[in-house]
Amino acid sequence: MVGKKVKLRVIFLSIFLATIILSIILILKSLEDEIVYFISPTEIKSLVELNKKKIRVGGMVKEGSVKANSDSINFIITDYKNEIMVSYSGAIPNLFAEGKGVVAEGILKDRNFLISKKILAKHDENYIPPEVKEALGAK
Amino acid sequence: MLISQIGNYSLILGLILSIYLIIYLFLGIYGFTKNNLNNIYSILFLQLFSVLISFFSLIYSFVVSDFTNETVYNNSHTTKPLFYKISGTWGNHEGSLLLWLLVLTLFIFLFLIYSKKQPKNYRLNTIVFQQIIISGFFLFVLFTSNPFNYLFPKPTEGLGLNPILQDPALAIHPPILYLGYVGSSIIFSASLSALVSKNINSSWAHHIKKWVLLSWIFLTFGIMLGSIWAYYELGWGGFWFWDPVENVSLMPWFCLTALLHSISVLEKRLILKSWTLILSIATFSLSMSGTFLVRSGILNSVHTFANDPERGVFILIFLFILILISILIFFFFETDEKILENKIYWLSKETFILINNWFMVFFLSVVLIGTTYPIFLEVLTSDKISVGPPFYQKLLIPFLIPFLFFMAVGPNLKWIKNDFKKINIKKFFLLIFICFIASLFTEKLNINNLFIIILIFSSFYLFVSSLSDLIYKKKNFSQNISHFAFSILILSIIFNGILSKEFSGNMRVGDEIDFNSNIIEFQKIETFDKENYKSIIGTFKIEDRKKKIILLKPEIRVYNQPNILTSEADIKTSFYEDKFLVFSILNQDNIFNVRYQVKPFMIWIWISTFLLIFGGLIRFTKIK
Repeated sequence: MVGKKVKLRVIFLSIFLATIILSIILILKSLEDEIVYFISPTEIKSLVELNKKKIRVGGMVKEGSVKANSDSINFIITDYKNEIMVSYSGAIPNLFAEGKGVVAEGILKDRNFLISKKILAKHDENYIPPEVKEALGAK
Repeated sequence: MLISQIGNYSLILGLILSIYLIIYLFLGIYGFTKNNLNNIYSILFLQLFSVLISFFSLIYSFVVSDFTNETVYNNSHTTKPLFYKISGTWGNHEGSLLLWLLVLTLFIFLFLIYSKKQPKNYRLNTIVFQQIIISGFFLFVLFTSNPFNYLFPKPTEGLGLNPILQDPALAIHPPILYLGYVGSSIIFSASLSALVSKNINSSWAHHIKKWVLLSWIFLTFGIMLGSIWAYYELGWGGFWFWDPVENVSLMPWFCLTALLHSISVLEKRLILKSWTLILSIATFSLSMSGTFLVRSGILNSVHTFANDPERGVFILIFLFILILISILIFFFFETDEKILENKIYWLSKETFILINNWFMVFFLSVVLIGTTYPIFLEVLTSDKISVGPPFYQKLLIPFLIPFLFFMAVGPNLKWIKNDFKKINIKKFFLLIFICFIASLFTEKLNINNLFIIILIFSSFYLFVSSLSDLIYKKKNFSQNISHFAFSILILSIIFNGILSKEFSGNMRVGDEIDFNSNIIEFQKIETFDKENYKSIIGTFKIEDRKKKIILLKPEIRVYNQPNILTSEADIKTSFYEDKFLVFSILNQDNIFNVRYQVKPFMIWIWISTFLLIFGGLIRFTKIK
């Protein structure tokens, strides 16, 4: 016969394992929903289908492309191979400038147009996000 | 130049002392020679002194702007104010490591002084483990990031310190945070040494609790300072962004908080031995891996230290060795001597502390996975992703609810065993009463998210319950105050999160904008010349519904060296809400990009964190 103590221990262990497995499943499940992919303008052009998921687009702000009006800022992100127009509403980081690296987060309207609500702030004037560097280097 | 040489050689001296000490103590512990405590005192003091000299010589090089020193050249400038010349010493990679070393050597010296009641063997073993860590850091500093590299020919001017780091909160943020991290290294060494010298008992737990509290206080304070700085300096208008670097400091915090609770169980009941040891080892390993992730350039965030793969590899190997050593020791010295089969009854303080620990470990794993998953995914599939705040909110909020309930009930339980029927009936009525209050609140504020409603409800419960403990119970004042502070913290974070309002857009001077029936008027801009930057100050008039007018004057600083713009937000703080305004230049047509935010209960986030730390401080002063 199985003693009471052993029984208790088995119950305890199984609860413990179940909790761990459940939490891991939960974490991974939420992770799947909440990750944001980083894509370069060139990769956007070759996307098969567009969905309403948030993405990040990185590259350089094209010289002479920044236009501001009262509620949004429009500019073009380029990886010197392909370009994408961005319409951005929100506050801009200080290091946002023409000819500098930028990462914009938003939703694609079509393959040429991104509606963005967030520009990532990087605080070093010579800093190029590694993703951008790679996107640029791949040309 | 000469000063740099002195700094460099005293570092080498420190390393030699460290290695000598390890060998000397090792021989002593295994009985080949006799260890003389006085000798060890003087060696440790000498080591501390040599690092101190090295540190001061670096400060001196910064103050006199000695550009033959590469670190000074890279991070300083003659026009920088004196205060930031000094704080610039640890505002860079090399200098901050020197500061690590300084704190490491200081803490082990203090440890020796304040551990007189413990067995000699245990004290010596701790020094050995700590010296292994210290010598690793010495090697790291000397071979991969020497702060005293010589530059020839001498440059006439330095490159300057990143202006966003030129800030009082950030001048003390790194040292405070390091005190927390390094404190955890003492806990690490002491735990291993206690295992080796079979010294895990109540008195040991009592003695190490002081160090746990000390590092917890500093770590909490350091995280808070960083958060305050990010709030007013980065201009994103928030206090926590789930940025990898922030997460990296939060992970050891969860671990340390769990340890803070479980060490009491060990002290009072002599159970959870292995668990406590695992936590101590994990805390330091997390602090170290945090350093590794930030310094190696694997994580990119606001802390852009110069990235150098070589450094990353070094820390990784060092970390690997330390973890390997601790795991080996853990398995070989783990005692299986039967100490009175201590059972845990389900309704007891120790069960609730264990529950606290489980939650902490869960929170820790959420943050750990969220932070490291992108790295693994990139290595495996070369997909580049990032994990945003929704991930953390989604996973943390539901679990925070039961956590807060347990936190309210736990402190009122006794050790060992409680009678279920005796649990205060008053508390039950309290629960109903709070249900009522909370539903009034949610009704009034129009909150529809069920999770948020229950979360508000549970934090109210903790609030009232800990407040009544604070008033009616004389015992455990420090604990009550910290739990009370935590409930205020959670409440203010929730209300801040759901009630914040934000406007952002582009404005010219003279423009007027209607925002939630507040009128924002951009009145004028003025330009001033300052010591090392040009200042552009804008004036905004904000008129609210009741015709009350406030003026906000945010600033843009154009630094001369390096040529960088920073925005200084203007914040009007009151007990009820913060009004936050920041603006930046769009290089055309005199258009400025403006962001205005109303953030309720912002000040309470800082006040409650202070109170939380204050509770820890009181506890610390009470431990004899």
